[in-house]
Amino acid sequence: MNGFDWGAVGESLPLLLEGFKVTLLATVLGTLVAAVLGLAVAVAGRAPSRFVTVPVRVVTEFVRSTPLLVQLVGAAALFNTVEPLYIGITVLGIHYAAYTSEVYRAGIDGVPKGQWEACRALSLPPLRTWQAVILPQAVRNVLPALGNYAISMFKETPFLAVITVQEMVFEARKYGAEQFAYTEVFTLAGLIFLVASYPTSLLMRKLEKRLGH
Amino acid sequence: MATEPLPLQKTESADPGPAGAPEDAVPAAGSTGEPLVRFDKVVKRYGDHVVLDQLDFTVDRGEHVTLIGPSGSGKTTILRLLMTLEKVSDGVIWVNGSPLSHVRTPGGALKPAGEKQLRESRKKIGMVFQQFNLFPNMKVLQNITEAPISVLGKDREVAEVRARELLELVGLSDKVDAHPSQLSGGQQQRVAIARALAMEPEILLLDEVTSALDPELVAGVLELLGDIARNTDITMVCVTHEMNFARDVSEKVLMFDAGRVVESGTPEKIFSDPSHERTREFLNAVL
Repeated sequence: MNGFDWGAVGESLPLLLEGFKVTLLATVLGTLVAAVLGLAVAVAGRAPSRFVTVPVRVVTEFVRSTPLLVQLVGAAALFNTVEPLYIGITVLGIHYAAYTSEVYRAGIDGVPKGQWEACRALSLPPLRTWQAVILPQAVRNVLPALGNYAISMFKETPFLAVITVQEMVFEARKYGAEQFAYTEVFTLAGLIFLVASYPTSLLMRKLEKRLGH
Repeated sequence: MATEPLPLQKTESADPGPAGAPEDAVPAAGSTGEPLVRFDKVVKRYGDHVVLDQLDFTVDRGEHVTLIGPSGSGKTTILRLLMTLEKVSDGVIWVNGSPLSHVRTPGGALKPAGEKQLRESRKKIGMVFQQFNLFPNMKVLQNITEAPISVLGKDREVAEVRARELLELVGLSDKVDAHPSQLSGGQQQRVAIARALAMEPEILLLDEVTSALDPELVAGVLELLGDIARNTDITMVCVTHEMNFARDVSEKVLMFDAGRVVESGTPEKIFSDPSHERTREFLNAVL
């Protein structure tokens, strides 16, 4: 084993930061997709008709039972004319929506029955019931859990390298292969992940405390 | 606050048939002889457990009726059926001569109404719950204006003016911008009463509205309800364990046991000279 090459660290940093931008973009947009789609899935899961609930359940079960990596490669093969980054964001979003929908479901279940009854007693139409009463309470309750999924997604973005998205780990691998400095460059990539996600999780914990009353 | 005239309009239509009443209202029921609410052999079952057993009873327009009886006797179920929070297992509830939770088929038979029709039925009826059920994510003012705006289609300003009047009525003018969590139980229940009144119901259902309150807060809420009863023509159906309230406010008291009306009469009659043994037992236990 050779000594640790500090020169490689300095040299690869700009490359990694360039990749980090893509990582961040994929995380933010992927989280957005997961947050919106997950909510839609959770609400659809409560539809009165089985024609809605059964397909929704089948699709979420499928997404949850297959690895993200397989989904990424499959989607990239199916839509090979689409920019890999877009595929990556969409697949990340859909994959995580299968989980966030469960979080939302728990949040919706956590809204007391009396709230639904008050809505009915006031004749509020369904849209208004969801929009003005149920979802604001449900989402507030699950915000910390959603945040944790965002952090988790952030750490899974390296899978996007497999479909040639040039995020941070893709760049690290490239540099490592060219300069034969894997240890240095992957240590650095790990540190960047740590520096970005640790404060975020601290923030989430703080938020959790504040909402927890 | 209690002695001033209430800023409550007497309900506009002394004649029945409010807008939104289903067109298939029974014309023969007429408007004069028909009670406002009529339970016609209403049955409510949960599985094998019969909560209400072929229940018949009526409430006249403007009447204040109190339902008393032991826990589990079906009192609250009656309110929940009237609010259409529960479905009747059998029988029909008539309000204003129209079936509350049924619609007429072209053949003339009655079938259970859909959610949309139920929403229409509910507009005439307001309910105040034991646990208040205010919306914790909204300020007090929005709790009161939400339904008038989104259900009755009122302008925001009109709804807010009305909400402020109602808050004055319930003695909480200074809490317009508070969140429910910042209020005491008694205050929350006053807001809930204001919220129900904002919908200008013909019938107000009160489900043990003081049971969840600290004892010292009970009197104020009861006094407010007494004021509303005296100064408006809103029909009230209350379930309560406050026998004094039943005595002071209502014209009719119904004693329930095991899903049936054991006896009914004026408060004087029921409280001082009950004719049924079960009523005597119950009153001895609670008074």
